[in-house]
Amino acid sequence: MSNIPAELKYTASHEWIRKEDDGTITVGITEFAQDALGDIVFVELPKVGNSYTAGDDAAVVESVKAASDIYAPVSGEVVAVNDAVAGSPEAINANAYDAWLFKMKPANAAAIDALLDADAYGKNTAS
Amino acid sequence: MTLKATPLNAAHRALGARMVDFGGWDMPVNYGSQIEEHHAVRSDAGMFDVAHMCVVDIEGTDVRGFLRRLLANNVDKLQASGKALYSCMLNPEGGVIDDLIVYFFTENWFRLVVNAGTAEKDVAWMQAKSDEWQAGLTIKQRRDNPANAMALVAVQGPNARARVWELIPQAKEATAEMKPFNVAIVKDTAFGEAMVARTGYTGEDGFEIGVAATQAEALWNALAAAGVKPAGLGARDTLRLEAGMNLYGQDMDDSVNPLDAGLAWTIDLVSERDFVGKAALQAKGQNAQFVGLILREKGGVLRAHQKVIAADGSTGEITSGTFSPTMQQAIALARVPMGVQLGDTVHVEIRDKKLAATVVKLPFVRNGKILVA
Repeated sequence: MSNIPAELKYTASHEWIRKEDDGTITVGITEFAQDALGDIVFVELPKVGNSYTAGDDAAVVESVKAASDIYAPVSGEVVAVNDAVAGSPEAINANAYDAWLFKMKPANAAAIDALLDADAYGKNTAS
Repeated sequence: MTLKATPLNAAHRALGARMVDFGGWDMPVNYGSQIEEHHAVRSDAGMFDVAHMCVVDIEGTDVRGFLRRLLANNVDKLQASGKALYSCMLNPEGGVIDDLIVYFFTENWFRLVVNAGTAEKDVAWMQAKSDEWQAGLTIKQRRDNPANAMALVAVQGPNARARVWELIPQAKEATAEMKPFNVAIVKDTAFGEAMVARTGYTGEDGFEIGVAATQAEALWNALAAAGVKPAGLGARDTLRLEAGMNLYGQDMDDSVNPLDAGLAWTIDLVSERDFVGKAALQAKGQNAQFVGLILREKGGVLRAHQKVIAADGSTGEITSGTFSPTMQQAIALARVPMGVQLGDTVHVEIRDKKLAATVVKLPFVRNGKILVA
């Protein structure tokens, strides 16, 4: 059973989402996702200012093994990206919940509440 | 469909391996970090479960005569007992049925090691050819029948042979002076009779060891206790790619001309000897070249099926690509037009970008050293 912090929200496609006090959200990939991908060697981040609809490809994470699209968990605009993780992609393997990818300003704050909670996501990854 | 398992399946699970479906086989892709496993093989010693691959013994009165007609490489290069040869087995159209290693023991007994996914097709093809040519041979696969099954473990890396000798002292006597691409049968080891071949798929020194399937787990555990690091299919792929070695089903298959897949050095078109596929290859000739690519721009990892665009606009295709743990760059094997020169800059389509890559001669890495710039 991989680590699934209770305070975060999740998608079925293995992104984690943290609600920030300023109304933005922070997005990364879960412990389960980094473990499945293996050694991560490349991260492509979106441009600040890009707008996405929920489910759009927003970033790419590539491991030695495979490339994986990272989807916008909700509709909204990218307000920040984590350049440090682009410089050292292995940080995602080391701590998936610390190595965030991008922050978004959601078009509709209620959409965040509709994402999976830790219990629901945990059932999703149970094998 | 239930997956097939090698005799080492329980050992992999005990080590906490991440298991994947590899062509119908339940195999370890890594035991934690694929990159660490890769580096262990380049710098020390690692081991791979290759028991999904299949030993095929061919016995009879004129095995050599049969293999002369069956294989694209010339088994007459095998004159001393214990010599090994890499070869393709072609269909009449010149496509690759499989690539394999043939070991010469006696005129009445040659051994082949063939790929996992192709083994049944290979044995059926060999049997059909033996019947058609009235060769009267016994063609016996040594994987699926518990009564005579063998299991192969590859031990690879600069310290691989020394570790094996510590564990199997009898093997030292038989193999200390043995050159690469040779094999010895070592009797009465702690793991029964063992086939010890100085071959591999990593570009490092080492052995591929064949024992009775019932001995495989004991051998594996003893090697692990001797400090040989278990390595999965993930590391096996990055290692072979750095070593510029083809993977069947990816870099070539039934529909690919081996001359276009960098295998001309294994195709004997010089001697008078006729073999299956020869006429087709002579008619087709070589129409593409097989080269290495190194990605020069940030923007992704080279992967199979990405399009390669040469300076004159002609195109080729990546057949295998990855991130090289040794070089810390994305590298690939690619089929490109004949006009492309070593040192040329080409462009590779990755998602919505066209990124610059340099064309280099294979291999990228051999015996721990980077050979390309």
